[in-house]
Amino acid sequence: MKSQLQAWLPRIVLAPSFLLILLFVYGFIAYTGYLSLSDSRMLPSYGWVGFANYDRLFGLRHWKTALNNLWIFGLLYIGICTALGLFLAILLDQKIRGEGFIRPIYLYPMALSFIVTGTAWKWFLDPGIGLESIMHNWGWSSFDFDWIKNRNYAIYTVVIAAVWQSSGFVMAMFLAGLRGVDSEIIKAAQIDGAQSWRIYWRVIIPMMRPVFLSSFVVLAHLAIKAYDLVIALTGGGPGRATELPSTFMYSYTFTRNQMGVGASAAIIMLIMIFSIIVPYIYSELRSEKRS
Amino acid sequence: MSQSRSTQSSNRRVWLRALLYAVLLVFVVYYLLPLYVMLVNSFKPLDEIRGGNMLALPDLWTLEPWKAAWSSAQIGVQPTGLKPYFFNSIMMVVPAVALSTLLGAVNGYVLTKWQFPGHGLIFAMILLACFIPFQIVLIPMARVLGILGLAGSTPGLVLVHLVYGLGFTTLFFRNYYAAFPTELVRAAQMDGANFFQVFWRILLPSSGPIIVVTVIWQFTNIWNDFLFGASFADFDSIPMTVALNNLVNSSTGVKEYNVHFAGAILAALPTLVVYVVSGRYFVRGLMAGAVKG
Repeated sequence: MKSQLQAWLPRIVLAPSFLLILLFVYGFIAYTGYLSLSDSRMLPSYGWVGFANYDRLFGLRHWKTALNNLWIFGLLYIGICTALGLFLAILLDQKIRGEGFIRPIYLYPMALSFIVTGTAWKWFLDPGIGLESIMHNWGWSSFDFDWIKNRNYAIYTVVIAAVWQSSGFVMAMFLAGLRGVDSEIIKAAQIDGAQSWRIYWRVIIPMMRPVFLSSFVVLAHLAIKAYDLVIALTGGGPGRATELPSTFMYSYTFTRNQMGVGASAAIIMLIMIFSIIVPYIYSELRSEKRS
Repeated sequence: MSQSRSTQSSNRRVWLRALLYAVLLVFVVYYLLPLYVMLVNSFKPLDEIRGGNMLALPDLWTLEPWKAAWSSAQIGVQPTGLKPYFFNSIMMVVPAVALSTLLGAVNGYVLTKWQFPGHGLIFAMILLACFIPFQIVLIPMARVLGILGLAGSTPGLVLVHLVYGLGFTTLFFRNYYAAFPTELVRAAQMDGANFFQVFWRILLPSSGPIIVVTVIWQFTNIWNDFLFGASFADFDSIPMTVALNNLVNSSTGVKEYNVHFAGAILAALPTLVVYVVSGRYFVRGLMAGAVKG
């Protein structure tokens, strides 16, 4: 009897967490999935409407703007963070004096809330008191930088703030990768007379493949989830110029009383993230099993 | 001839080094700039920001914006300052971090040292839960909190953060314990130690680093959360981030930039302090969260 209990104990201990996740993650996904096929408006309702919400969703100009913005934001955010992170990591890997001082400064924004980041950049980029006014103050009176108030450019200010926040983190990932490179390989290349930038380009950067992959996965999922930063920086405006799927979902569900459409937006977000994450986790777990 | 060539190349190297440091320094300025702007302007009277230069040091140093942000600024309808929300956040963060870390530790222990058929699938499901966009759970969560009678309350938020933190805490401990020698566990079992004794006496004493990493990670994430706070909190439970956003984006009255900056620093302070004190562990958590499996 007692040994029976002992045998089941591990499972019993794990059960509460597993049940919580089963219900609050997978159960909730199923529920939201059902709502996306229902006629829910202000409150959940269970009348079946098939894919009508998705039809409506993809017919909305508002949603097209959000998807379009996600593309712009995601590509620039991932691209710039990766390039800048790799660049800074390579520079920091040159036996820099004061590395221990510089590295934490590059990385600290990652500890801040996006709301704080958004607040700082919101006023710094504000043409009335921020950068533009600083330049005018310094005598460059033709300097013009009102992107945050400009429908066509506001989404790029979200990129600026988000890159500021995350690029140091990507730098840290690449730096860890660079530190793991076998120094023999570099020496061998040096003996062959290769110039150092060539060694980086031909030998070391290709070895960073796993880092490129994991930083891509992290950044892509952060980009799709991005919500707080937009709320704090632009509030989705001016107009709807910086709306993303995440803010779209929130406003349709909770302020516009179109819960069915909001739920279908959430499902689309989930599909986007899972199509990146699931293959990644699958391959990671498999390679772990093999080793 | 060969000597002049070598001085030439060493000259070039000195220049390259100088350039390298210059570039690094430019980026130091870039990353510090927003923090500098917030700090400097939080000590200025409002008209100095409106009429002056945001990058300049204050002519007249004042603590008024800080006092206002902490205890008298208008947030929502009440002129309470950020103080009550700061404590709301504390009341939410402490139990959520403690519980999720504890459960994560036990889960990691079971998933590595007491594997049973299907443990791999269970871990994969827990892991996948780290990455869901939280928009997908907002509607059902609001209902469940209502049913449980926890809507708009701090315990409700604790539950939410506990559940959605479990994935990461389990991942951290699981990866850490996977590297822990199983022979030690078996040996202790031979000596008659049971499930909990093994955990308590063998694994926990050497779990210091991973506990620190997990606590820092959870603390930072939960303190910085906005979406759940904005969706599920009432006045008694609104966390700091949501209050800050209300302060900055309230449409009524004059925009008190200096108060906004002071408030932003107040909201950032706890996580910044943690970062400064234990940055090494913070980075390790980020890495562990990034390099899965």
